[in-house]
Amino acid sequence: MCETCGCGEPGKDGIKIVRPEDLEHEHAHEQGLPHEHDTITHVHPHTHGHGHVHTHEHSHREDHHHHDVHEHEDQHVRIKEVHVELDIMQRNNLMAERNRGFFEARDILAFNLVSSPGSGKTTLLEKTLVTLKDKAPVCVIEGDQQTVNDAMRIRATGVPVVQINTGNGCHLDAEMVRKAIGELNPAMHSVLFIENVGNLVCPALFDLGEAHRVVIVSVTEGEDKPLKYPNMFQTSGLCIIHKTDLLPYLDFDVEKFRTYALRVNNKLEFLEVSSRTGAGLDAWIAWIEKHRK
Amino acid sequence: MHELSIAVNIVSELEQIVRKENAVKVVSFTLKIGTLSGIVPEALDFALESAVKETLCEGSTWKIEKEEAMGKCSVCFHEFPMEEIYSPCPVCGAFNPEIIAGQGLKIVSVEIEE
Repeated sequence: MCETCGCGEPGKDGIKIVRPEDLEHEHAHEQGLPHEHDTITHVHPHTHGHGHVHTHEHSHREDHHHHDVHEHEDQHVRIKEVHVELDIMQRNNLMAERNRGFFEARDILAFNLVSSPGSGKTTLLEKTLVTLKDKAPVCVIEGDQQTVNDAMRIRATGVPVVQINTGNGCHLDAEMVRKAIGELNPAMHSVLFIENVGNLVCPALFDLGEAHRVVIVSVTEGEDKPLKYPNMFQTSGLCIIHKTDLLPYLDFDVEKFRTYALRVNNKLEFLEVSSRTGAGLDAWIAWIEKHRK
Repeated sequence: MHELSIAVNIVSELEQIVRKENAVKVVSFTLKIGTLSGIVPEALDFALESAVKETLCEGSTWKIEKEEAMGKCSVCFHEFPMEEIYSPCPVCGAFNPEIIAGQGLKIVSVEIEE
């Protein structure tokens, strides 16, 4: 969502948050009309070799006035060292805790679903929603770089959904989820599924405030995925081995996969599911219900 | 390329420090990246090149230090350097040590122009 005017067009961060039902509404921006923002002031300080400090304030508007402020501080550029020991992830982690507090206050059980692209996350989610929506209020946040295809599929199940398009981003972060929650306004006592961008690397680092991270691996992938992408398996609580109906046609060794995954995380739980045949779906629903209070 | 969003975070944290200190800009900074943090230092270095542009960090230099990963065996409590998250204890062979170092992502220090 554009941070400046709040429309669905990407702001400077390229992130869009879209409700599929709003798509009928045609946006002026798509008809080539300018996307006008308030003044953005950039301050570009330059230090020149001869000891001048110049601060240029550029006011970027159509009329484009420049106000140049020159401060002359001959030969007196002072440099100070600051020791900070600052955690780079602290801002995301703080926001994730804020989301977690929101979920706790509304008694919302939030899952962060992570996997490689093509593991069948959305199909699993569709099947899950059909069963679960009779038992609890359910809602979904979909994350993809582009398109609202997945949100459309979820919407067809009748469950409230918001799509986050990350643009060039390869993962969801806690701030994007906070904005999506604002759009979604999930009901008290609901179950929220956050379908992360298909990527086994980047989403591992970003806590979204979820109660449980669920990693989905399809049997068409290699058994050594946990060793190749250990961060994701280390930070997940449940691993769904998906598309098990294909096992007779493949060489995927489930035991070997479990052994590798447990080397990375010995607390990891496993469920084997086929969304196509429905095998294992009951166990997955039961797992979700076990975590609802 | 989550390194790019990490780089953008770093730049915005540094800009906050500049403002808090009433300084002009960042001259240099030092990062410490754990070897098991999930961040590739080379990719971060590359991402920083573009992330500093048109910010208070433009023109600055940086150093990325490694924090070597250390594990503490959950069975025999032996402490050992870890190559991978799944490195077993070299004494008793158990997997899943407690990772006591090497997962951090930190800005250690900043040089700012006043």
